[in-house]
Amino acid sequence: MPSLKDLRNRIASVKATQKITKAMQMVAAAKLRRAQTAAESARPYAERMDKVLAGLAASVAGSPTAPRLLAGTGDDKVHLLIVCTAERGLCGAFNSSIARLARDHANALLAQGKTVKIICVGKKGYDALRRQLEKQIIEFVDLRAARTIGYEHADGVAKTVLKLFDEGGFDVATLFYSRFRSVIAQIPTAQRIIPADVSGAGEVADTGGAVYSYEPGEEEILASLLPQNVAVQIYRALLENAASEQGARMSAMDNATRNAGEMIKKQTQLYNRSRQAMITKELIEIISGAEAL
Amino acid sequence: MATPFPFELVAPDRLLFSGNVDAVIVPAIDGEMTVLAGHSPVMTVLKPGIVIVDEGKGTAVRLFVRGGFADVRPDGMTILAEQAVPVEELHDELIDIQIENARKAYEDAQGDAAKMAASERLTQLREVKSVLAN
Repeated sequence: MPSLKDLRNRIASVKATQKITKAMQMVAAAKLRRAQTAAESARPYAERMDKVLAGLAASVAGSPTAPRLLAGTGDDKVHLLIVCTAERGLCGAFNSSIARLARDHANALLAQGKTVKIICVGKKGYDALRRQLEKQIIEFVDLRAARTIGYEHADGVAKTVLKLFDEGGFDVATLFYSRFRSVIAQIPTAQRIIPADVSGAGEVADTGGAVYSYEPGEEEILASLLPQNVAVQIYRALLENAASEQGARMSAMDNATRNAGEMIKKQTQLYNRSRQAMITKELIEIISGAEAL
Repeated sequence: MATPFPFELVAPDRLLFSGNVDAVIVPAIDGEMTVLAGHSPVMTVLKPGIVIVDEGKGTAVRLFVRGGFADVRPDGMTILAEQAVPVEELHDELIDIQIENARKAYEDAQGDAAKMAASERLTQLREVKSVLAN
């Protein structure tokens, strides 16, 4: 049976924890708003890019000179997984669900006898995957110093990926991140970025029968558009991730605050009960002592 | 009186311009190009420079773009810029940073083709700076 002082200490410490989780929740809410705006304002660009790319891809499809970033290397032996996670924990299942998706994917590929290489963006994913897939991890990009995600960060990652691709380091690249649906729903997603996935871009706009002209040639345009598309896709993933992270943290911290509140209630009740029990006990001792006389 | 057509300028981080315009002058890779309504469909690579948007009210919006793509379709025009800033927000320092980056890229470039591309970029940025200075 804990003493009254123990109980008082316990209540005080849970209260302190609750204050922290409450503060974290509010910080996450404020950051979420910013991250959400950033993710939303990046959408038009990515959408237009998809559209333009789909139009171009349709016109060079099947051509033997189609760029490798679009058509692939014709092989799928070596897979590159780009796993984007957060730099910090305390955000519920956010990091672990992305890591789990990536790990399952990697294990499935390894079981098929494929080679897997992993680039981790974000410390948490690196920590989670390091235990099992240490040998496969070829690079770890640390964005802890970045306060807000900028295009230049995505561009840096994209440059690494493209350099590796040019050197023949892999055949297929898949991007893992969490799509932001709402504060309570973040969906871990796997998206193939190399070869570029243009099937989902929808209807190619009709040019009204007019002949599309390209300056310079289509292939030169594709050659500079495709690498940029890789950077844009990574940028979008990072922004969606940032919004998801804050959303996940907000709901995790909301839960933690509520749990702490419940615990405080229970502990207070226990404290009051044992205090009353003590008083009753003392009274009984005094009365029975007086009666014995 | 020119017929207005829809025009959009998007950068990876934001939508900079969206609306009906009379004419757009873009720094295409092979020289400046003016796009009016009914222009034949064209897709072109942009070099660093100034995009001038004529809204038809006697006012023009000037935006700096650092490379990108212009896509002209019968139903309007879209510019996908690598980076875009309204000229009013553009300072000399910003350009200087870009020039500095381009210079570094030039020094780090491996191979003739990369070296050529980097030096071209550097020249283009210097041109933009001199245009802005006047």
